[in-house]
Amino acid sequence: MTNISTLNTVAAATDAVATDLSGPRGKKPKKTFSRRNIILYGTLFVAAAYYLLPLYVMVVTSLKGMPEIRLGNIFAPPVEITFEPWVKAWANACTGLNCDGLSRGFWNSVRILIPSVVISIIVASVSGYAIANWKFKGSELFFSILIIGAFIPYQVMIYPIVIVLRELGIYGTLTGLVIVHTIFGMPILTLLFRNYFASLPEELFKAARIDGANFWQIYFRIMLPMSLPIFVVAMILQVTGIWNDFLFGVVFTRPEYYPMTVQLNNIVNSVQGVKEYNVNMAATLLTGAVPLIVYFVSGRLFVRGIAAGAVKG
Amino acid sequence: MAGLARSGRPNQLFRNLNSKIASIPMILTAVVIFLGGTVWTVIYSFTNSKLLPRASFIGFDQYERLWAAPRWIISIQNLAIYGILSLIFSLVIGFVLAALMDQKIRFENTFRTIFLYPFALSFIVTGLVWQWLLNPEFGIQSVVRSMGWESFTFDPLYNSVIVIYGILIAALWQGTGLVMCLMLAGLRGIDEDIWKATRVDGIPMWKTYILIIIPMMRPVFITTLVIIASGIVKVYDLVVAQTSGGPGIASEVPAKYVYDYMFQAQNLGQGFAASTMMLLTVAIIVIPWAYLEFGGKKRD
Repeated sequence: MTNISTLNTVAAATDAVATDLSGPRGKKPKKTFSRRNIILYGTLFVAAAYYLLPLYVMVVTSLKGMPEIRLGNIFAPPVEITFEPWVKAWANACTGLNCDGLSRGFWNSVRILIPSVVISIIVASVSGYAIANWKFKGSELFFSILIIGAFIPYQVMIYPIVIVLRELGIYGTLTGLVIVHTIFGMPILTLLFRNYFASLPEELFKAARIDGANFWQIYFRIMLPMSLPIFVVAMILQVTGIWNDFLFGVVFTRPEYYPMTVQLNNIVNSVQGVKEYNVNMAATLLTGAVPLIVYFVSGRLFVRGIAAGAVKG
Repeated sequence: MAGLARSGRPNQLFRNLNSKIASIPMILTAVVIFLGGTVWTVIYSFTNSKLLPRASFIGFDQYERLWAAPRWIISIQNLAIYGILSLIFSLVIGFVLAALMDQKIRFENTFRTIFLYPFALSFIVTGLVWQWLLNPEFGIQSVVRSMGWESFTFDPLYNSVIVIYGILIAALWQGTGLVMCLMLAGLRGIDEDIWKATRVDGIPMWKTYILIIIPMMRPVFITTLVIIASGIVKVYDLVVAQTSGGPGIASEVPAKYVYDYMFQAQNLGQGFAASTMMLLTVAIIVIPWAYLEFGGKKRD
């Protein structure tokens, strides 16, 4: 205790010294319209405008009719707001011969998303828990292979997976795609859970063991209730990642199961017919809506998720 | 420190059995898919597999064919231009934005939300939006022309010489927010006292950043570099959505080459050889980093 209090007083003293010394200079920032602030906020606003521009153009374009698009400029707000492009994108935009719109892709994506997210999180959280708290011979080695594997380009592993799935008789089905998402979600999620479980106080784990709790009891009764935030972070990571996937959807499913991203690309980049830019933009917005909603709702947790995933990955 | 006491126990097959059972999916993924799949692909890149994989070995033929193919050469050139420029720009833009955000500004959360939201969007969505913005008939070019600058030309997606820069613009829009966030986390990790000390010594702010802060953030920079770089090698969806590799083959990239040869041209051997080259590229980036990061010191 004494140690900490001395440290505190020392810190306070140095603080006082620092503020004292920078005192004369410290007054400048008080002016709101100093040159520094104008440059600072000016730059930030310009940058923000650049980042917002594409979203704005998407929204504006999707609310215009085709004649207005042909005449006007893309940045102009719509003179006459129409929701027809949205309806058309959802219900009867064409990919090849199918003209039932993006809705099919949306429901496919939902059917892929839910089992993939649930299964990958269950598998990864249990693995992370095993590695963090129940190390066995070779567990660190397997974990290292898993993490190194996260850097291997997917293209290298795609064909062997095709063969495995074909042997199992599930190549081209949704089940196959769910397995693929579980596999490729594993490195980052296992790392996330391992780091989280390792950061929990070890005394808890020890006490439970002394009381005779086994592997699963400790997992369900102690670890799980304590780690709700990390499960939310993992969910955000997986929902956006799986929804945005294109490559696995195209490789591992048949056309009738194509996820939304693949169908969107097929609608927009189809060569037949007249290009309907407003419908295309409405379709693009519809596809981007799910991850955007997740992003805006989750806020700081999203940042935490990508930071945890990225910095340590 | 965690688990040190436990790892010293005598090793028996049935000790920790539950843990081993729980780890089976992870072990299978690591060993069968990641390790086995990679080795399998590398081995089969030395065969003349066409529609189906066949174990008839032909040495380096596939690689010779690969490096003689104009499409592969263009893919590699594109990847090099795109890779180097997107590394430089995303690090510079990301760091500058992070430094601006670190000035105790108002509305920090709003700005961060704005800079980062493109990262939540898929490459397909990103590619399609920028395809529309860069459309020469209706997009930025036509808007500037209608404002009176008649000769203004900005049509990267229709000009094979500069098409890769059009893709770069879209990629930077999507990815710089992430770099900004990583850099900001790095800046926040720097001790306040450093700033106080430099203020006391009267060192100008830009100088502090270049001479003190950036060298201190070396680990953050290196990690960010590795993340961006391993993402660059994988670039695929963005190109498919934005240009489909066109005009002609001007914006092809290695990942697309692999996909096309494996699943469209039914020339598996070529696809395996190209994907092995991708693996090699990643290895060149990741191995030195992993060595620096984990080789010298023990983890935990």
